[in-house]
Amino acid sequence: MANTTNTADASQDAFRAAEEAAGGLPQLELSTFPNQIFWLAVTLVVIFFVLSKVALPRIASVLAERRGTITNDIAAAEDLKAKALEAEETYNKALADARTEAAQIVADTKAEIQADLDKAIAKADAEIAAKAAESETAIADIRAGAEEAVKAVAKDTAKEIIAALGGKADGRTVTSAVTARMKG
Amino acid sequence: MAAEAAGPSGLQIHPMDQFMIKPLFGNGEIAFYTPTNVTLWMALAIVAIVVLMVVGTSSRAIVPGRRQSVAEMAYGFIYKMVEDVAGKDAVGFFPYIMTLFMFIVFSNFLGLLPMSFTTTSHIAVTAVLAMLVFLGVTIIGFVKNGVSFLGLFWVSSAPLALRPILAIIEVTSYFVRPVSHSIRLAGNVMAGHAVIKVFAGFAGAMGIGAILPIGMITAVYALEVLVAFIQAYVFTILTCVYLKDALHPSH
Repeated sequence: MANTTNTADASQDAFRAAEEAAGGLPQLELSTFPNQIFWLAVTLVVIFFVLSKVALPRIASVLAERRGTITNDIAAAEDLKAKALEAEETYNKALADARTEAAQIVADTKAEIQADLDKAIAKADAEIAAKAAESETAIADIRAGAEEAVKAVAKDTAKEIIAALGGKADGRTVTSAVTARMKG
Repeated sequence: MAAEAAGPSGLQIHPMDQFMIKPLFGNGEIAFYTPTNVTLWMALAIVAIVVLMVVGTSSRAIVPGRRQSVAEMAYGFIYKMVEDVAGKDAVGFFPYIMTLFMFIVFSNFLGLLPMSFTTTSHIAVTAVLAMLVFLGVTIIGFVKNGVSFLGLFWVSSAPLALRPILAIIEVTSYFVRPVSHSIRLAGNVMAGHAVIKVFAGFAGAMGIGAILPIGMITAVYALEVLVAFIQAYVFTILTCVYLKDALHPSH
């Protein structure tokens, strides 16, 4: 750039500006250093005090508080969980108790009913036996009656048949014959 | 390096003009107390930090809002960095390291606003920051460890014959630290801003059809956003590393 031979005014101006800029890199202009360092020191002191006196303790306390709250909440949740477990246990126990009681009641009732039933059956059996015996007697009576009747009818019929055939029936003979027959 | 002449229309690009320090009032000499654009943009950084860290956390909410979340994140980020890198006994220096980080990160991001002035692009500023760290760390090292702080340069795990050579290297690297520490930050910030300005000059010259320069400006700007944060992060983490050396000088 420095070797330019352009004679135009604009280029000369640009060249001069370039020289100036290259020679004066703002970062290396020592005259501005005290100013920058002074204001930097002020800035750092201000930021340091704002942070160390206000912001950082506050954030630290907020974080600690949050950690505490979270710990407390977790503890409370664990407590509630324990309580819930306890309640469940109680409920299960009550359920088991109720079940045992119900089974007991069922067994008792069953036994009672069985006893009643047995009694009723025995009674019915006795009644049936009595009735059967009665009926047997009646049947025996009827049977005896029937035999007598058959004997009488057979005698009479035999006499009549003999008479009809022209014979003279002897009462004693007929009776013995019929008796003999009926026995056979 | 800076200006360029393109024909009689006089296209001139002054990528370094943005770094010029001017008095806020009038045009006189710049004394150390003169309010300049340095003052203005440092004050704006203070305002931004106060808005985020003090106003943003004023509700002290258990469930934080947006600003409080960011403030807490910044706090947790640097606190953890100090704890992890420099050690648990370094948390006493946390407020100072937090000050450095907040100042650099806010200066870098304020510098990304168009027409703004970037205080961290000046070697004077970053050199002071780096020297504060260097001197502080050296003093802390001697106060905490006494003469045994010099063990930092005497690599006891190396063979005896090598130790003097290593000591020379260690001492050199120790004294180069503030230089690299400051130039890294200022150089990165300055270079990006200058490049953006150069492309902006091209775009201005090309007028409506300046798609390529504008695309480049966008790309470099995106990179600069990244650099703004990363350089603040690097500066802070290096401070923590140096602090660790001062507190635990043994290798």
